[in-house]
Amino acid sequence: MSYHSHADLGGQDVPGAIVQEPEGEYFHGPWEPRVMALVVAMGPTGMSNIDMNRAARETLPNYRDLSYYEIWLAALEKLALQKGVLGDAPPPPPKQVLRADSAVAAIKKGFSASRPAVKPARFSVGDRVRTVGLQPQHHTRLPAYARGKLGVVERIHGAHVFPDTNALELGESPQWLYTVAFDARELWGESARAPHSVISIDAFEPYLEPA
Amino acid sequence: MSEHEHQHEQHEQRASSALELRVRALEARLTEKGYIDPAALDVLIDEYQTKIGPRNGAQVVARAWAHPEFRRWLLEDATAAIASLGFTGRQGEHMVAVENTPAVHNMVVCTLCSCYPWSVLGLPPTWYKSAPYRARAVQDPRGVLKEFGVELPQTTQIRIWDSTAEVRYLVIPQRPAGTEHLSERELANLVTRDSMIGTGLPTPAA
Repeated sequence: MSYHSHADLGGQDVPGAIVQEPEGEYFHGPWEPRVMALVVAMGPTGMSNIDMNRAARETLPNYRDLSYYEIWLAALEKLALQKGVLGDAPPPPPKQVLRADSAVAAIKKGFSASRPAVKPARFSVGDRVRTVGLQPQHHTRLPAYARGKLGVVERIHGAHVFPDTNALELGESPQWLYTVAFDARELWGESARAPHSVISIDAFEPYLEPA
Repeated sequence: MSEHEHQHEQHEQRASSALELRVRALEARLTEKGYIDPAALDVLIDEYQTKIGPRNGAQVVARAWAHPEFRRWLLEDATAAIASLGFTGRQGEHMVAVENTPAVHNMVVCTLCSCYPWSVLGLPPTWYKSAPYRARAVQDPRGVLKEFGVELPQTTQIRIWDSTAEVRYLVIPQRPAGTEHLSERELANLVTRDSMIGTGLPTPAA
């Protein structure tokens, strides 16, 4: 079965205005904060990782028809069923349950994606690189608009959890992470709407080839 | 209210109460299975509704404007500099601060989902997660800025940061003119959420 993300929107022709919102207006229904908190609280249980969550969301067939918290809700329901947390049989025990007295400390600590590197970085700041061109048949974090494009390594962030394997539960397989900058004309051609702009992505080493 | 508007409103209310029931059912099931402690949800909601928000980021920017040493630290190691003000954790584990100048204007997006620096800006506004913003920010940044009422000189380079991994970006806007006499607290009041995403500019000095 082919993998299709409905969330890879950069550069697509999407009609509609960008509807602005005042600062401090976070929710548009009483159920939305509950969904936000459920998703945050499910993190420590170990049911899924952030990349599995993103994969579950971006493959929802009706992704584009849903509001963002509806997307979070539908993906949480989907994963909870898939992982046997919601089902007739008793679920696997949660790794950890977020409690009221430790919730603030847990979010203040966060979930670092940094991992020790297992090999030296292949690229240095200033190197010219080309992104790989193929769309893999699984979750990935190389946007379609930046595939097969020529860019320059601008920053190195150390080794981070690799979403492509982590989403498939194949392990964290840490990879070097780089900020790679592209000229707007490289991405959009000579008719680029803002020809003098520069666009960067954060790209894992397997997304890059020397150029 | 027209008949059509009335029907639309009724439809919205039905949809909202259906969602309300669905979320309540899910929470009850996850609680029953021992995965969720509802009291922890209340704490999280309070934290993100009243404590963690763009005023955190505004303090960071104001300090950078007021203290050259802090600004240097922020540009070199944003995670550590921001942590020194007590802002750490979820969706802010790997921070990078990028500074606007007359030559470069920075703007942040996540075209693949909704990555946003929660520890300094709180929960993202709906438009940041919306398809139009994610689609256009990388391709037509000047058009997007115009929708936000921002027009920059053609000589200013627009620099877009697409947050495609776990690094989160905070824009340090340019300090408004005529603010030399202001305290750090007063400076923070000029820093808007949108100016730290790059879709807006700080409030000019009164």
